[in-house]
Amino acid sequence: MSSEVLPSARRRPALFRLLPYVKPYWKQFTLILVLAPVGVLMAMAIPMLLGYVVDGPIADGDVLGVVGVALLILLAGTADSGVNFARRWMMSRITSIIEANIRFDLFDKLQALQMGFHKRWESGQLLSRIMSDLGLLRRFTSFGLLMLVMNTAQIIGVLTIMLVMYWQLGLTVLVLIIPVVIVTRILVGHSTRLSRKVQDATGDVASLSEESLHGVRVIRSFGRVRFAFDKFDEGAVRLRDLGVRRMNLSSVLWTLLEAFPNVLLVLVAGVASYAAAAGVLTLGQVVAFVTLLLSIAWPVGSLGFLLSFAGEAESAATRVSEVFDSEVTIVSGNKTIGDPQGRLELVDVEFQFDDADLPTLRGINLTIEPGETVALVGGTGSGKSTLVALIPRLLDVTGGQILLDGVDIRDLDLRQLRSLIGTAFEDPILFSMSARENLTLGRPDATDDEIAEAVRVARAEFVYDLPWGLDTRLGEQGLSLSGGQRQRLALARAILVGPKLLVLDDTLSALDIHTEAEVEEALKSTLVGVTGIVVAHRASTVLLADRVAMLVEGRIAHVGTHSELLASVPEYRELLSADYTIEPKLGEV
Amino acid sequence: MSDNAAWLGKHEQTTDEQDTTVALRPSSRRLLVQLIRPYRWAGIGLIVAVVAEAAASLAIPYLVQQILDFGMPQLADGDGSLLTRLLVFMGIAVLIQVIGRVVFIRGSGRVGNSILLTLRRRLYKQFQKLSIGFHDKYTSGRAVSRMTSDVEAVQELVLQGLDVVVASGLTIIGATVLLLYLDWRLAIVAFLTYPLIFLLLRWFTGASTRGFRVVRTKSATTIVQFIETMTGIKAVQAFRREPRSRTQFREVAGDYRDANIHVMRVFARAMPGIQYIGHIGTVVVVLAGGIMVLQGELMVGVMAAFVLYLRMFFDPMQDIGQFVSSLQSALTALEKVASVMEEEVEVDDPAHPVAMETSRGRVTFDGVRFSYIEDAVVLPGLDLEIPAGQTVAVVGTTGAGKTTIAKLIARFYDPQEGAIRLDGVDLRDLDEDTLRRHVTLLTQENFIFSGSVAENIAFGRPDATREEVEAAAAAVGADTFIREMPLGFDTDTGKRGSRLSAGQRQLIAFSRVVLADPAVVILDEATSSLDIPSERLVQAALNTILADRTAIIIAHRLSTVEIADRVLVLQHGEIVEDGAPGELIRGGGRYADLHRAWLASLA
Repeated sequence: MSSEVLPSARRRPALFRLLPYVKPYWKQFTLILVLAPVGVLMAMAIPMLLGYVVDGPIADGDVLGVVGVALLILLAGTADSGVNFARRWMMSRITSIIEANIRFDLFDKLQALQMGFHKRWESGQLLSRIMSDLGLLRRFTSFGLLMLVMNTAQIIGVLTIMLVMYWQLGLTVLVLIIPVVIVTRILVGHSTRLSRKVQDATGDVASLSEESLHGVRVIRSFGRVRFAFDKFDEGAVRLRDLGVRRMNLSSVLWTLLEAFPNVLLVLVAGVASYAAAAGVLTLGQVVAFVTLLLSIAWPVGSLGFLLSFAGEAESAATRVSEVFDSEVTIVSGNKTIGDPQGRLELVDVEFQFDDADLPTLRGINLTIEPGETVALVGGTGSGKSTLVALIPRLLDVTGGQILLDGVDIRDLDLRQLRSLIGTAFEDPILFSMSARENLTLGRPDATDDEIAEAVRVARAEFVYDLPWGLDTRLGEQGLSLSGGQRQRLALARAILVGPKLLVLDDTLSALDIHTEAEVEEALKSTLVGVTGIVVAHRASTVLLADRVAMLVEGRIAHVGTHSELLASVPEYRELLSADYTIEPKLGEV
Repeated sequence: MSDNAAWLGKHEQTTDEQDTTVALRPSSRRLLVQLIRPYRWAGIGLIVAVVAEAAASLAIPYLVQQILDFGMPQLADGDGSLLTRLLVFMGIAVLIQVIGRVVFIRGSGRVGNSILLTLRRRLYKQFQKLSIGFHDKYTSGRAVSRMTSDVEAVQELVLQGLDVVVASGLTIIGATVLLLYLDWRLAIVAFLTYPLIFLLLRWFTGASTRGFRVVRTKSATTIVQFIETMTGIKAVQAFRREPRSRTQFREVAGDYRDANIHVMRVFARAMPGIQYIGHIGTVVVVLAGGIMVLQGELMVGVMAAFVLYLRMFFDPMQDIGQFVSSLQSALTALEKVASVMEEEVEVDDPAHPVAMETSRGRVTFDGVRFSYIEDAVVLPGLDLEIPAGQTVAVVGTTGAGKTTIAKLIARFYDPQEGAIRLDGVDLRDLDEDTLRRHVTLLTQENFIFSGSVAENIAFGRPDATREEVEAAAAAVGADTFIREMPLGFDTDTGKRGSRLSAGQRQLIAFSRVVLADPAVVILDEATSSLDIPSERLVQAALNTILADRTAIIIAHRLSTVEIADRVLVLQHGEIVEDGAPGELIRGGGRYADLHRAWLASLA
């Protein structure tokens, strides 16, 4: 359920990793850091001015004095509010920009990460990272961080003054602080770890929500709303419980730091009173000391909240860093092919999923000449789709190599490689964007004529009959379209790429026979000189190919023409021929 | 505005996209009240805790003052009793502060998180209740944003804010009373700032509501774009779409950023604004008070006290402003949530459902007229009687209405005219549970949930034993590949069964149906991804499975149709041929043509 937590050694805080995003705005941050104390000083000046005006000009009956001080108060107030305004105004921009820049980069990183990564990670976990965690980081940088810095500075300042002026009392306070600091550290550590769990649980709830919404039609068909709800509810209740636990922990941490200055006050008031009575301290010294203590009551008290906020921000930053740290294993090579022909060679190709014990594909050797079309056949789960995914490097071989026009595809520029290949997947993968956008996925600059031609070949003319034609937004995954319509769109999309190598992964399965025949006819005449790989389950589709390669348990068991294989290979007959009877097999079941 | 971006395409607008009003919809406030109501007693308890805590922490500086002014001098005179008493009081005050604080934080944590849980549960249930037609339009990305980021926006309000607003409110009330007590004329001068603050707050609530509304919409658009890209990452990478989807994401996430900046800048104006009004108020009071003292109408001492309490009057205003802002943010998010909650459930359970313990499986279409959008009628007036136990194949070209028939029997939609009946009972008179127990629709969309293979099959009947699950898989020949997986039936399917091939997903889906054991089965192109041997196995299984139940099979692979008792040829929503397969082939009509073509394709 929960995301993989990379076992990271204790390194410097993840928040520091995000510093490069802050760097371009260091001037603004510095300005804010300078302005903030000015604002505080101005705010502190006002009560002092008020005290002064009452005791001085008002008591003395000095009208001009009263007006003068009033103007000073107005000035201080204007400065206070002005600084406040300037700080918020600047902060709103830079923190939002920083948040968005991290979000942009995270998105780019996720787009670059290979299929293997995306299969491992639930998209809800990714969603909660790119939305909730980054939002949290923005809120932390816009006010939490500043308050943390200011309050800490104030506490250190006051403690220094205490030590310098009354070192005995100061030392006592310092000694009393040590256990609180230790306990606080422990509590903040707990709180940070708990925050991590809350954030992971938030991601799980996002995954569960997403799953329930993507699977809504299946849940409904089987009337399993209650069953699915229980599963969701388990995650939601877990999130609630973790949230409650975190607040319970916070109640200890926050209260500890809020009450601590007061406890200190009681102790100091008691001790200092006796010290004063004994003549060790003067009354004035006690008053000054107590006033100093009172002045850090609020900064210390708010520290609990701020530190747990910082812990939350830290674990959010860790979660974001985990994605940034994920290795992109499929990287572009730097060779390009000057005049691509489309000759594809598979040499001893092996592929094994990283969590599997056995390879999915082994010792695959196959050469496809330019312009030739090869059909891949094989039973369910024989590795056809995996093999097809290796060619545009959605997955990389784990052994052997794949050559395109004699160049190992791993040495090729990835963009060129993929621009030479047009794939129509077995699952059409449509986006809820306009039909045009879906069609031109591989070639955004396609003209209307080119689109029309691809649509014609794929027999997908129905797109022009949609309410707004090509501009109609296809619904969720294009689900308002029939299976055959979606497949035809996917096919048109692959054709529109203008590929040297066209890969059809069982793309015609949902078409009716008439349409399939028409599409195949059109494909044959359009794709002259284009190398083709067709994953097929039906004889009708196999006929599109010049040769057939039959996969059995991850190996190419037979290669030949359809009629050759039909004549010589019984398994092939069983797989593709409708005449073949399965009665004996049924008996075994 | 990215909402109008051409690449998104045109579509029918759903209600929550049409935000034109300035005022918050009352529905969001109603929802908030509904959510809070169960916790009203706990809320009162929390307020008591806050008040006790606030009183205790206010008492502490006062007690310190007392110690300095009286306790210490008395101790110097040799009498430590007052000091001891004051220290004990302080200790008690600290204790009350600690208890009050802990009670409040724990209590608000529990209440707040429970409210969020309730909200998530209600949203979940509502989404699962809304018709499939709604989901087709709304898209899962937007629904996910409702269930995640909108709920999280409410979080900030319910997990904090109450203590601040109670304490601030109390302080302001206390200060008001004191100011009036000290000098009512001067108090009125101070109160003159109220209209200004009121005006500012009114502007602020309006501007922030509009701002937050844009934030919520943009956040949803960003989430949609993100989810779509990640769900379709295979196509994105294979078609080198990264640069374009990068541009599009930057567009929508950039809009989201700008919306955030905008709303934060509304705060940047309002918060210092409130503060500044307070400063101006102070200046006016100083001037007015000064003049009054000079004219002998006011004692200097009273003036001094007045000025002191004036701070207590103005300072908490900012906290209240801050609270108003999180309230606005939460209410705007709730507005989006409420619009989903108020979405009419088009296909709803009847008020008085007809009980139907068992079903024989007779399906009747009685003058059914149906269209997804007006003017484009899919079924103009379908009459069809399927006797119990019959296996009917529906064939026809794309757009003939085959899938629509399937969806209507499964009651994903209700017809505009006429009725569909099961054993003579209108589907609209059956509740969801009854209908789903008797009717199961299997489409080519074979969604695999996270969890093990066994759990996925058991989705058809969650209380099935392991033996039953394995038997169901064996019945459709799915057990072979499942047993070859690393952990057999306990293998985790990974993210949405991405490691399973389309054919394997279809076999798992078939196993679900076998396990679910309904009276009526609808197969909508459910075998298209199967290879021929698997298809044969499934067909052989279907022969036995469908023997005593009603089946509606939609397929263009006539191999699946072969097992049917009866074939319907559909064209433009009307039945043009109806008969036994052999009869129709002999008859030489459309079906005979189809059949010939199919035979030819098998060569």
